Amino acid sequence: MSRADGTPYAPHTDEETAAMLAAIGADDEEALFDIPDPVAFDGDFGIDARTEREIRDECARIFARNDDLTEFLGRGHYGHYVPSVVDHLADRAEFLTSYTQYQPEVSQGFLQALFEYQSMLVELTGLDVANCSMYDAATALGEAATLADRVRSTSGDTVLVPEQLREGKRAVLANYCDGADLTVEDYPMADGTADVDVLADRAGDDVVMVYAESPTVRGCLEERLAAIGDLADETDALFVLGSDVVALSVLKSPAAVGADVVVGEAGSLGLPTSYGMGLGIFACSDEFLRQVPGRLVGASEDANGARAYTLTLQTREQHIRKERATSNICTNQAWVALRAAIHAATLGPDGLVDLANDCVREAAALADRIDDCSGAAAPVHDRHHFREFAVRVDQPAAAVAEDLETEGFAVHAIGDHLLQVCVTDLNAGRTDGLVAAFEEVL
Amino acid sequence: MIHDQANYEREGEDVREPLLSEKGQETVDVREDSPLPDDLTREELTLPNPSEPETARHYTRLSQMNWAIDAGPYPLGSCTMKYNPKFTEDVAADPNAAIHPDRSARSAQGNLELQYRLQEVLADIGGMDAVTLQPPAGAAGELTGILVAKAYHEHHGNDRSEVVIPASAHGTNFATAATAGYDVVELPSGEDGRVDLEALEAAVGEDTAALMLTNPNTVGLFERDITEIADIVHDAGGLLYYDGANLNALLGRGRPGDMGFDVMHYNVHKTFATPHGGGGPGAGPVGVVDELAPFLPTPRVRETREGSGYERFEPDHTIGKVHGFAGNWLVAIKAYAYIARLGDEGLSDAAAKAVLNANYLAERIDMDVPHGPFHHEFAATAGDRDAADVAKRMLDFGVHPPTTKWPEMVPEAMLTEPTEIEGQSSLDDLAEAFNLAYADTDEALDAAPNRTAAGRIDQVGAARNPRLSWQALDGE
Repeated sequence: MSRADGTPYAPHTDEETAAMLAAIGADDEEALFDIPDPVAFDGDFGIDARTEREIRDECARIFARNDDLTEFLGRGHYGHYVPSVVDHLADRAEFLTSYTQYQPEVSQGFLQALFEYQSMLVELTGLDVANCSMYDAATALGEAATLADRVRSTSGDTVLVPEQLREGKRAVLANYCDGADLTVEDYPMADGTADVDVLADRAGDDVVMVYAESPTVRGCLEERLAAIGDLADETDALFVLGSDVVALSVLKSPAAVGADVVVGEAGSLGLPTSYGMGLGIFACSDEFLRQVPGRLVGASEDANGARAYTLTLQTREQHIRKERATSNICTNQAWVALRAAIHAATLGPDGLVDLANDCVREAAALADRIDDCSGAAAPVHDRHHFREFAVRVDQPAAAVAEDLETEGFAVHAIGDHLLQVCVTDLNAGRTDGLVAAFEEVL
Repeated sequence: MIHDQANYEREGEDVREPLLSEKGQETVDVREDSPLPDDLTREELTLPNPSEPETARHYTRLSQMNWAIDAGPYPLGSCTMKYNPKFTEDVAADPNAAIHPDRSARSAQGNLELQYRLQEVLADIGGMDAVTLQPPAGAAGELTGILVAKAYHEHHGNDRSEVVIPASAHGTNFATAATAGYDVVELPSGEDGRVDLEALEAAVGEDTAALMLTNPNTVGLFERDITEIADIVHDAGGLLYYDGANLNALLGRGRPGDMGFDVMHYNVHKTFATPHGGGGPGAGPVGVVDELAPFLPTPRVRETREGSGYERFEPDHTIGKVHGFAGNWLVAIKAYAYIARLGDEGLSDAAAKAVLNANYLAERIDMDVPHGPFHHEFAATAGDRDAADVAKRMLDFGVHPPTTKWPEMVPEAMLTEPTEIEGQSSLDDLAEAFNLAYADTDEALDAAPNRTAAGRIDQVGAARNPRLSWQALDGE
């Protein structure tokens, strides 16, 4: 096989290959493989090699088959404008093409960036510890449940979650709970937020964890978080709060409302809309430090007495502790965390607070305008909203969503007569069109 | 060789880049201009507020203090650090692909088509019948695969409680089995470094849900008895799980499906050259044989019946979901582009060159390699030297060291995987770094590294006195 036929990413000339084989004492490359004939494969996958240009054309053609819609979609995955500086810095090969920081002396840059990311989340959550990341909000919630199981194992096996929860998130949680023998149970909601009175009646010794969200999956801001925290506390259950990195910059600090753990999505900073790819937040109080899942970067000193950073408390992790690890996670979303940190640094606290306030104002303004359309009422819930809100329509919601799609707009159909609409800085300039489309199709 | 990594002035003064917080923070009064009532909001927010030029310099400086595959050899065994082709970044950055996951299937035909194509090509490469792209990392793929196995057994009324794992396996295997609620049965390695068939016979039984196996194993040896291993596990009613971490060695020469594996995950970073990003995002697609396909996560993607497009569907007995949405989509795109670039011959050649490089490098270094014939990686032993110290000294010679002290069956192991991307001269440099470090004095090893951005870091102190945020450093 000449070099031209092989992988373009190996530098060997035929002469080099021959010299290397001679050094080893092998006749050819095949002689290096110790694979018995019955299980050997002939290499014919039927995959034709293409050039870079062909592949770029091919993929561009494929992706062009996605309809060009203006999306007013959210429910756990959010796009905000990502400044160019984020791409240009995060794409530096020193970051992008590095591995886990197992040799910290040559990995100080990434370690410091992750330490800074952790610190930003400590500020936003008010909690003592934030890890380097989980895969997304759903898996972070699952990990929180297994943490609750470990630290509250004596008191029961029930995890309470709001009845309005993204179905995918509930399904992921169920898979983590399955392995830990935990039972997931819904508690009811009243007008878009937790029905705290019913929840108080339900709380009891069999509950290891109470989960609440603010904003909720329908964009409602939970008004009685402290009460939920208190009742979790009274029954010695963990209070796990789900939120979003942008919302956290203006909402009351989770620590102040008694949250033991904060999970949620941080990919709303740094990541463009990307088909659901995320960045899971995991923060908790010091009490659970040695039970935290995932990687932690800590400060230390080097041999010269200078401050240096390193992955730490690794005895929690699978490569040391094996089946007694706090989680099986190793690779997480480190580079996405880097992106979120760069985005947060670029915005600064002023920019973050402005962005969050716009999420409240734009949602309220758009709900008002849709409410003015005959045949629609918004917001459905009498709550403060963040980015998104539910809309009640007289006609079947699925048909309205389909009609809106024909008009070039994507919204969620979440019930027989319920839509959900999400507005951010990316689509705020297109609300006139959406409102006109509503008027057209209703 | 002399190497300096971002070695600014060290004499008497530390060289570190200040934290963003040390460069200046700002406190904002959140309530002053808030559209929300005070009882919902925090009073203030304190975060760094660097200008864009300051931000650019901060992160550029940090990048200069970071090793990367684009900086030089990165022969971490079991980690498969190979070059990440640049064009795949551009393919993944297509704004048309950047859509919301809740799009209707009708309006997301492009993404569904690429998902479908990648599922198909991965199935071909693994010799599997069905593939899900949802798991967001290799370990998540393991958990998915084991949950699928668990659901399969439960569906057939078999309550099995154990997963059998060789002692030399990746730590994730053990943690995954435990996360899925299984007891772990650890299988001691045979003297030759492979699975001992007698020990396996003794370990499996009616409680065995699965055997998790890496092939080639973690010292690079092919499990020659794989057919017998599969028979033993299947005869006991268990399933055979393939940990795809070492698939790069087999491309085009062996397929897990042909060896009797029922379920596997692919590490797209390790096999299909997607960038590791310093710890993710990864992707861990899972392939299964037909019998297990009804248990895969939902939704899967298929061609529509009339063949004019693609649709999502829920497998009959799905385990549900393992990621909130569709996994790490941007990573999946890059894997597709890489596979398309290489094609059949390129994939086979990648494995050939990876194995050639490992064998050539092992030939060039002065340490013993107890187990062979190995494929893409080998476990050298540092003998009476401390492998971790040898590794630190290697940093001074301008290369990243191998994985150290693992797997434990090789004393003072230096698990080395150069991958296909190094040429002969680069391997010669790498071998020189091994040999210089291995032969160096105890004093030099103890004092290493000296030419890196930080000197030897106190790990024990970091764990004993955890300081995990700049808030925890206040006053220092």
